Amino acid sequence: MISEHDNVATALEVLDAGRTLDLAGHHVVVQERIASGHKVALVPIAAGQAVLKYGSPIGTATADIAAGAHVHTHNLASARGRGDLGRRVAPEPGVRLAEPEDEGAGIPTDVTSPGGSHE
Amino acid sequence: MSDRPGFLGFPRPDGRVGVRNHVLVVPTVICASVVCERIAEALPASVVALPHLAGCGQLGPDMHATHETLAAYCGHPNVAAVLVVALGCEQVIAETLVESARNAGKPAESIAIQAEGGTLRTIGRGRQIAERLAKDASRAAREWCDVRSLVLSLKCGGSDYTSGLASNPTLGRMADRLVELGGAAVLGEIAEIMGAEHLLAARATRPEVGRRLLRVIDRVETEAMALGLDIRGTQPSPGNIRGGLTTIEEKSLGATHKGGERSPVVDVVPYAGRITQPGLTVMDTPGLDVESVTGMVGGGAQLVVFTTGLGTPTGNPIAPVVKMTGNARTAQLMADNLDIDVSGIIADTETLGAAADRLFTEVLAVASGKLTAAEALGHREFAIHRRNPTI
Repeated sequence: MISEHDNVATALEVLDAGRTLDLAGHHVVVQERIASGHKVALVPIAAGQAVLKYGSPIGTATADIAAGAHVHTHNLASARGRGDLGRRVAPEPGVRLAEPEDEGAGIPTDVTSPGGSHE
Repeated sequence: MSDRPGFLGFPRPDGRVGVRNHVLVVPTVICASVVCERIAEALPASVVALPHLAGCGQLGPDMHATHETLAAYCGHPNVAAVLVVALGCEQVIAETLVESARNAGKPAESIAIQAEGGTLRTIGRGRQIAERLAKDASRAAREWCDVRSLVLSLKCGGSDYTSGLASNPTLGRMADRLVELGGAAVLGEIAEIMGAEHLLAARATRPEVGRRLLRVIDRVETEAMALGLDIRGTQPSPGNIRGGLTTIEEKSLGATHKGGERSPVVDVVPYAGRITQPGLTVMDTPGLDVESVTGMVGGGAQLVVFTTGLGTPTGNPIAPVVKMTGNARTAQLMADNLDIDVSGIIADTETLGAAADRLFTEVLAVASGKLTAAEALGHREFAIHRRNPTI
C-alpha cells in the first residue's frame, strides 16, 4: 500500500487465498491467489468507482470488486486514450485535463494529493 | 576542488561539459549509414558511427526533427570532433551539420559518397580523416567539473511493479538532489505521463510551463484516440500487464516518480530540443525507449539513468546509459545488462535514501569515465522519432 488514500495494495510476494492482510486499518481476507506484483482490493469497490493507487486514480472498476479480490485487466479499465470508445472518458473528480483557453490556469488548483512519500 | 560533488569531465568551448570524448561519424541519410559504420569499425572505440534510417523522403516536421537531432548530436558535449558523411543528393545538408559542430567549437569535416567515387573510396578517405580527428581528440584531459554541469536523462523501460516502488523513486530522489545542487534533469515519454500530469503541472515554475505540459499530453492523447484504437495492449505493454500493471494511469504514476517529488518543472521542449535551464525539463518524446533516449541525449543530456523491471539492453552511441532495477530476479537473470540493483528496497534491506546515494556515486563515477554495462557490451541504439509517412 503506497498512499493512505489507496483502495488497492501491491503484492510483493504471492498471496494465497485465505491469507489475512492487515494494512493501515484494513483487515482483508485474500479471496484468490494474487501473483507477485499484482494488486489486491483493500475494500469493496463498486463498478464505476475509481481505483486508487499512489493516491491517484489508475482507472475505473468495470465490475463490482470484493475486498481481497485480484484487481487487474478483468475488472479495471483505463479512462485515458480510449480511441476505441470514440470519446474521452470523464476523468475522475479532482483530475483536470488540459484546458487550452484557460489562461489563468496551468497550475491546476484542484489536483488530488500527490502520492505520499515512498520510504 | 571544492566540497561540492563533481566529476572528471571534458569542458567544451561552448561552456558545456562532456563525460565522453567521442569522434562522431554521422551519415546525413540512411544511404550513408553503412559507410559510416565501416569507417568507425577500423578505428579506436572512441570513434562511433551514428547509423540511422532517416534523412530523405521526409515531410516538414519529420525532416525538421531529423535535422535538429543530427545537428544536436554534432554539437553535443560528449563529442570531441565530427565527420559528416553525405551521399550527395539527400535532403539533410552536410554543411549545416558541420556548422553545428563548429559553432560548438569542435573540429568537423564532411565527405560525400557521390563526390569521392563510391563506397570503398569514401571508407578509405573517411578512415584517414577520422583517425586524425581521433588522435587530436585524445589529447583532451579530464578536469574536475562541478555536478551542476550535468544534464541527466531520466528514463524507464520494461517496467513492472518494482519500477514504481523501488527504481523510479530511487532515481527521483537522486534527480531531486542533482537539481538542488544546480544540475538539470529531463523527463520524456509523454504517453507515460498521461494520468500523472496533475502532479508535474503542480510543480511548474510558471503557469505557462504547466499549460504547455498539459497541452503536449492532450495532443498525444488526442492523436492516439484519433486512430480509433484502444491504447490498452500498447500502453501498458503486454509485458507490463504480465508484471501486474493494469492501466496507463498506473504505469504513468509509477513512471513519473523518476522525475522526483520536489524538483521544479522549468521548461517543456520539443523532441531533441536543447535543455537550457537547471531544474526538471519535460521533453516531447514517444515512450519507445530508443527514440526517447535518442531525443533526450540530443537535448544535451550527457548521461542517462534507465530504470527497468524486466531488464533491457538499450544504450546510446555517445551517452553512457546506467541501468538500474528493483527486481531481484531480473538483477540476477540480466546481470550483464545492469549496473545497479536496488531490489533491497522491496526486500526491506536498503532504504530509498541509501539507494539514491549509491546511484549518485555511480553516476559521478560513470561521468568520470567508468563504462556502463551498455557501453561495455557495445549497445549503441539510435533512432530518430518520426510521426508521418515516408514519401
